[in-house]
Amino acid sequence: MSAGSREAKLTTVRTARGGLSLRLDARAALVGAALLLVALAAGVVLVGTGDYAIAPGDVLRTLLGHGNPGQDFIIRQLRLPRVLVALLVGAALGMAGAAFQTVARNPLGSPDVIGFGQGSAAGALFVIVVLHGSSLAVSAGAVTGGLLTGLAVYLLAWQRGVQGYRLVLVGIGGSAILAAVNSYLLVKANFVDVARAVIWISGSLDGRDWAQVWPLLGVCAVLMPLLLAQGRDLRITEMGDDAARALGVRVERVRFTAVLCAVLLTAAATAAAGPIAFVALTAPQLARRLTRSPGVGLLPSALMGAALLVLADLAAQRAFGAGQVPVGVATGVLGGGYLLWLLVQERRAGRI
Amino acid sequence: MTTRPADTSTPGPRLRAEKVTLGYDQRVITEGLSVDIPDHSFTVVVGPNACGKSTLLRALARLLKPAQGRVLLDGRAIGTRPAKEVARTLGLLPQSSVAPDGITVSALVARGRYPHQGLLRQWSAEDERIVEESMAATGVAPLAGRRVDELSGGQRQRVWIAMALAQQTPLLLLDEPTTYLDIQHQLDVLDLCAHLHEEGGRTLVAVLHDLNQAARYATHLVAMRDGRIEAQGPPREVITAELVERVFGVRCRIIEDPESGTPLVVPADRRRRGAGAGGLTGGSAAAARPAATPAP
Ligand SMILES: Nc1ncnc2c1ncn2[C@@H]1O[C@H](COP(=O)(O)OP(=O)(O)OP(=O)(O)O)[C@@H](O)[C@H]1O
Ligand SMILES: [Mg+2]
Repeated sequence: MSAGSREAKLTTVRTARGGLSLRLDARAALVGAALLLVALAAGVVLVGTGDYAIAPGDVLRTLLGHGNPGQDFIIRQLRLPRVLVALLVGAALGMAGAAFQTVARNPLGSPDVIGFGQGSAAGALFVIVVLHGSSLAVSAGAVTGGLLTGLAVYLLAWQRGVQGYRLVLVGIGGSAILAAVNSYLLVKANFVDVARAVIWISGSLDGRDWAQVWPLLGVCAVLMPLLLAQGRDLRITEMGDDAARALGVRVERVRFTAVLCAVLLTAAATAAAGPIAFVALTAPQLARRLTRSPGVGLLPSALMGAALLVLADLAAQRAFGAGQVPVGVATGVLGGGYLLWLLVQERRAGRI
Repeated sequence: MTTRPADTSTPGPRLRAEKVTLGYDQRVITEGLSVDIPDHSFTVVVGPNACGKSTLLRALARLLKPAQGRVLLDGRAIGTRPAKEVARTLGLLPQSSVAPDGITVSALVARGRYPHQGLLRQWSAEDERIVEESMAATGVAPLAGRRVDELSGGQRQRVWIAMALAQQTPLLLLDEPTTYLDIQHQLDVLDLCAHLHEEGGRTLVAVLHDLNQAARYATHLVAMRDGRIEAQGPPREVITAELVERVFGVRCRIIEDPESGTPLVVPADRRRRGAGAGGLTGGSAAAARPAATPAP
């Protein structure tokens, strides 16, 4: 084994005969590990946060199976699933956002900008306002709405392949129409439904239990590895269709798989927690700036999404008390603010 | 006028198009076009803007699927072969490409190694050596750590050429490799191509706009107009005053290049009516022009 480094950033590990050679972006790996740690630590603190506060040490002890029965119930039944949903939703949105932004070759190509959020909201609102359905039906409505919107945007933007700007513009157009539909549904609804609908639309983690965790975990366990497997090819497609094809990448197939995985991840996340604003847009961009890599990475974006969502929820609960401010509001304020700050920084540095 | 490949072990050249009809959506650009790329040649394609040079190159590199006919690589339809396997045999420098945001020169050139890499073979010593060689050959080694989007047009062009070189394919198609380059770097790139072809035994196809450079460097010249091949063969046979006028609508004299002995195209001076060899009138110049653009 010999280890060498190139460009200070990339670490190469090779066997002596050259049969095996792995290349690692040391900085990205470090950032990823740090983000994972932050997400898990914030998760532990979040489990201890609420009307009945539990110290992080006790939380860890309980999670390892040595807690007292009272805390055990609160943690395992009430709070742990909520935090797991937060971690999974954040990771799913972050990774889906990275995939979309790569395919669109534009940060604005995120699901929340191109109308999937509005589509899911339309589906959920329809179930709440028109059908008065159960929360399970609302989730199903959200997934259906998101998928239909994704499909429609993809087909409308399709013209001998999907191109960035067309995807963004078609998505923004569709998003505007759906926003109007959603407003109409809210105006037509009665008071009770409106309250339910508004909470759902802002994206909330309150009252999430194991019933939300398992399907989400299943979806993530299947789709995330599938999407990650496309990562190398997806990176090459950033160089434009012709250059990527000339290098032997099946551009259309890679893009379609990536978009399909990303749509399903977004839909699953939305079904579990409502349309949480800004994570899919911000997480990849924040991760990219921390890793300083060209293009957005799938794994760092997922980890950033998880950390961002848990931190946002923690901040909201600590600042306003448990269950007062939905996490979607907090991610909007925090993520949007941080992104603005970064953009101002970059402008000072003369980059944009 | 077609030169047949000397290689007799396999029937026909490695890369050929058979009666291909190429177009975009409903618009047909070329119909029933056949062309052989002689093995180990430096083939140069010339023709007026929009005559279909890039379209032909894209079809030869399986980026554009022919509506009819087929492109054969080593005797097999190119579209049916595994994409990565083809990419190890045939490389293309597209006419224009976009570098991903913030990518460095060495990282972009390294992407040329993609078809040779896999999950377990991500960055071998060979990859590293070839990337360095490719950057040295195109003179971009001093730029290795710079961001591509902060380079000048000519520097960027050379980075893309380095990327295509790093792919290390026996067949290499270059769409206007000399655009954006100053005269010195144009000659550097052409010398490099000639070197690859002579020393490396590679087959090169390049689209060039400078007829004199084409005449000097090409071993096989293909002149296109309006989606058709007007003439092909050795530059000395292909480049005639009659052909240049037919293809480009430009009157000229052909003299011998004092440096290389190849044909040198000297266009008639159109500002002085009736002057020079052509004695071209304004009217006939105007009439000759539309011929250079394809009819809708
Ligand atoms: N992506 C496309 N979609 C539709 N039409 C196209 C496309 N690319 C090229 N064309 C058309 O095909 C014709 C041939 O274009 P092509 O790019 O092959 O010309 P060219 O010979 O390479 O010209 P140039 O010297 O300007 O590069 C032109 O009329 C052009 O408008
Ligand atoms: Mg062209």
